[in-house]
Amino acid sequence: MGSDLIGVWIAAFLTLGIMSFLYKDNPWYKFSEAIFVGLSAGYWFASLFWQSLHAKFWANWSPAVQSLFQGQFDYNLLYTGAGILGLMMLLRLIPPIGWISRWPLSVVVGGTAGLYLINYLVSNAVRQIGSTIQPVVTFPESIGWINSGGVIIGNVLVFAVLIVSLGFILFGRNTTIDLPTPTKLFFFLIALVACALGTFYSLSMPLNLTGLIIFMGVFCGLIYFFFSKEHTGFFGGAATVGTWFLMVTFGASFGYTVMSRMSLLIGRIDFLLVEWLKVVN
Amino acid sequence: MWRRTVPIMITFIVGTVLVVAEFIPHKPFGNLGEDFSLYFDIIAVFAFILGGGNLCRVHFSKVYRKKTDWQFSIVTLLGFFVMLAAGLFKIGNPEGIQGDVTAAGSLFADLYDSMFTPLQGTMYALLAFFVASASYRAFRAKNIDASILLIAAFVILLGRTPAPSLIADFFAGAGITFMATAFNFVPTLTDWIMDVPNLAGQRAILIGIALGVISMALRLILGVERTYLGSDSK
Repeated sequence: MGSDLIGVWIAAFLTLGIMSFLYKDNPWYKFSEAIFVGLSAGYWFASLFWQSLHAKFWANWSPAVQSLFQGQFDYNLLYTGAGILGLMMLLRLIPPIGWISRWPLSVVVGGTAGLYLINYLVSNAVRQIGSTIQPVVTFPESIGWINSGGVIIGNVLVFAVLIVSLGFILFGRNTTIDLPTPTKLFFFLIALVACALGTFYSLSMPLNLTGLIIFMGVFCGLIYFFFSKEHTGFFGGAATVGTWFLMVTFGASFGYTVMSRMSLLIGRIDFLLVEWLKVVN
Repeated sequence: MWRRTVPIMITFIVGTVLVVAEFIPHKPFGNLGEDFSLYFDIIAVFAFILGGGNLCRVHFSKVYRKKTDWQFSIVTLLGFFVMLAAGLFKIGNPEGIQGDVTAAGSLFADLYDSMFTPLQGTMYALLAFFVASASYRAFRAKNIDASILLIAAFVILLGRTPAPSLIADFFAGAGITFMATAFNFVPTLTDWIMDVPNLAGQRAILIGIALGVISMALRLILGVERTYLGSDSK
């Protein structure tokens, strides 16, 4: 109980120390910050020692060496290589032979490059492209051509609005039908709203408008990242639409970041009021 | 040769073997990826020893030369060594040296709970204020891009809290039905933004990152990119 109370008071002292930075940079904040730097380095050092060096290296290598003395070869003896590479890394501390540390570094760099080359190709490129290219027109078996006539007509209209709006944005650039940017945005928003309404109110629609929007967003977003060609004409229009999709993504990420930080702040204030001062139950 | 050619050859061989191993799902190639991850973890510990040594060197030097705020370097070193000793020697661990390093009741766990966690939480919580200040600058609707960002962030912020339903209840109570309906629609709109335009943007970014990583990995394996080796003078 006593140690818990001391722990709460220390935590409150350090919490207020960090918060004091809101007033201005001061010794209390610097003290808390210095403790944080030292503690976090020590924490990660000790955690890595036990969780990696001990659990992954020593626990495997040590029995393998014992087996070797008994005349048996254990596959885990290959961990010797990792230990030697690790020690070679430390040679950086001895300047005349510090260049040897490049060898383990090369193993890490080469291995990471080899692993990432395949992993990113499969999971971040191929699978994402596969998920993006989905059928745009699908007819559910339960809805025949005639029964779904109204739905089809409605969706064709929505689709037409989308195509015309995007046509203005993409092909109108630097041509006789070039429109001012706010007008393009207006058309873009109309297209998005039309698609959203179509998605909400016509779940059995044969046109996969959501898939179409996602495809166009990904396509235009990728065009924005393509810097080898000047962003003019169709290319420039598509890049502009891509920028808008990216802005939605950044806005969403920003919103979530703000929420997570606010949540942490609420947690700290909750700690001060409930656990430390006990003014709120 | 030993300083540049051999490291480039090592990078090429290790990288190529790991790429080829993905196409041969049999021993000894099948587990090469996992084995490399273990090797990576073990080498990373030694790299961390270098980092810890560097931290000590910098702060000892600061104290020795009595540079500005050198007193706080003593605090940093003290925090580092106390936490390190508590973790490495498992001081106060109820299960002794064989127990889990994070076992409840140990000095390491106590330092973590009463010092490390509050400091880390508050440090990140402090960012809420700076984010608020940054939002003010970023969210001014200066152009179309900033306006889209503003609208998306605002809708997400609103839609992921109980605020829309509370506001909708208020308007429903006041008899303003269309406003109540509009605010009830906000969570649905939030979901749609997250699932459609946000997903499209994220996919474009992910694919762009993947293409960048693939090209950089190829440059490293083929020896075109050599900056990680540093200069020859070292």
